Amino acid sequence: MTPTAQSRKMQGSLAYNKLATAAFYGLGALVLLLIVWLLLTILGKGLPGLTLDFLTKVPEDIDPGGGIGPVLFNSFYILFLSLVVSIPIGVGAGIYMAEYAPENKLTEVLRICVESLSSVPSIVFGMLGLAIFAEYFQIGLTILGGAVSLAFLNLPMLARVTEEAVRAVPHDVKNASYALGMTRFQCIRTVVLPIALQGIITGICLVAGRAFGESAVILLTAGLSTSGEMWDFNLFAPGETLAVHLWYVQSEAIVEDAASIAQRSAAVLVVVVLLINLLFRIPLWINNRKLKR
Amino acid sequence: MPDKSGSLAKPADGRFGRYVRARFADRLFKYYFLFSILALCFVLGLVIFFIGKTALLTFAHISLADFFLSFDWTPENESFGAAGIIVNTLSLTALTLAMAVPVAVGMAVLIAEIAPKWLRNMMRPVLDLLVGIPSIVYGYLGLTVLIPVLRRMSGENLGDGLLAAALVLALMVLPTICRISDEAISMVPKKYREAAYALGSTRLQVTMRVVIPAAGRGIVAAVIMGMTRAIGETMAVVMVIGNTAQLATTLFTPASVLTSNIVMQISNVEFDTTWNYALHMMALLLLAISFLLILLIRYLGRKGSDQT
Repeated sequence: MTPTAQSRKMQGSLAYNKLATAAFYGLGALVLLLIVWLLLTILGKGLPGLTLDFLTKVPEDIDPGGGIGPVLFNSFYILFLSLVVSIPIGVGAGIYMAEYAPENKLTEVLRICVESLSSVPSIVFGMLGLAIFAEYFQIGLTILGGAVSLAFLNLPMLARVTEEAVRAVPHDVKNASYALGMTRFQCIRTVVLPIALQGIITGICLVAGRAFGESAVILLTAGLSTSGEMWDFNLFAPGETLAVHLWYVQSEAIVEDAASIAQRSAAVLVVVVLLINLLFRIPLWINNRKLKR
Repeated sequence: MPDKSGSLAKPADGRFGRYVRARFADRLFKYYFLFSILALCFVLGLVIFFIGKTALLTFAHISLADFFLSFDWTPENESFGAAGIIVNTLSLTALTLAMAVPVAVGMAVLIAEIAPKWLRNMMRPVLDLLVGIPSIVYGYLGLTVLIPVLRRMSGENLGDGLLAAALVLALMVLPTICRISDEAISMVPKKYREAAYALGSTRLQVTMRVVIPAAGRGIVAAVIMGMTRAIGETMAVVMVIGNTAQLATTLFTPASVLTSNIVMQISNVEFDTTWNYALHMMALLLLAISFLLILLIRYLGRKGSDQT
């Protein structure tokens, strides 16, 4: 190979390199623009028409001007109930996998179970809820059924985030606490959990955000209607949530202002999910910065 | 039990009671944590039992061949051929991945290899944002924004179909694939890169010939993870695919996939009908596919850790 040919090849490589770098940046810019445009579309269309009235009023079947009060309430109510059911078990399972599980075949099987459960499509959890609550217990489509089915969906994800957070706790602090004569549970309660708490709470926020926007499960287990009243805490009332309401308005509603209701509902949905994801982390974030100094 | 032994021990030594209590709590919570993980497995058992039990009733009424090989799904006439719907599911997933994977892996390379630190720290949370948006909102945007555009561009009357669904799904699985690939690429040891640079490679050459092959298993796992999400997604798909039980022969044929077909029909059927059993069979099929993909990811992960 002559020197000139070699340098030409090298120049080619360098040119390709520059071109590819530019292309990667271009791709990144496009995707970022797409995301920004997406958020602006949802929020820009929906937020301007948003009033307190809309957030608290009862939906109308025929006349325009209905609100989303009861469905928004149901969303939070079902989310709360599902977390009450799933957090103790999910976090407990995560702690078991991180702290207690011995290295053997049984643990391997348990791990496959958790992973399989987390891969189950949400619609299948909906069908399970339908089979258990509507068919087996014969209570129809209720808030209770929706909340428990949603809890099933949350479980594997909670277990995973807890396990990761607990595993990230340094061994030194655990060893130090054992050296003081603590039992395993004392060590978990007083040393491991306080350190892992930040990770666990972040994980819970992610799970809550996902559960808040979940629609397939709720559609099958809590139904397409509400009891028509605000602040109805009855567990056996039908429990349409905001996400399901968006689907209903978009596909079946006959009110004149359906399009506008859908726009505003979508905006509310996205804002609440973002708040759940971001807002709850701010105190932790501040705390973290304080600790670092 | 702990109170009794605690009070018994008190006269002799106050600390003995505390010790017993600590031991008791330790034992108690150990069983509680074990119970939690078993409860999780129990839920998995419930899923398989309830879906499987009903699903298998299908074949008391129609033959296996009728379900898996017939393309005719008209439940009103008692014909439950799911082949068309199954094929649609597979082609929708393939189309989604064909669009999402190049972009997602490209983004992962940009984030992990090329971008400066500030850009990296900005892009990761922005991608997480995309994961947080509810699927119903993606479906809603697809229906109100994407479909009118597709209608104008293609000249079709409807615009619903595989292409619209695949575009929506591609956007949804993009962050999943990107973040896991990003992790896999970041895990490639620094010495590999340094060795390649020392031989005079450009960054493109290092990325293409060293980093991506070394992160290959992780990237494949990321793609499979995206696949499970795409196959199981329901509400976003149901809003844009057209919901007609037929084989999608063009990109704009209104069609339906396993998930969308289930969610549109299950609320309207009686429990003790072949129709309902067949819908459960479809759910069982979804479950089987997801489990298979998860086992595949585990297998890839194990092989990867054996090698290093």
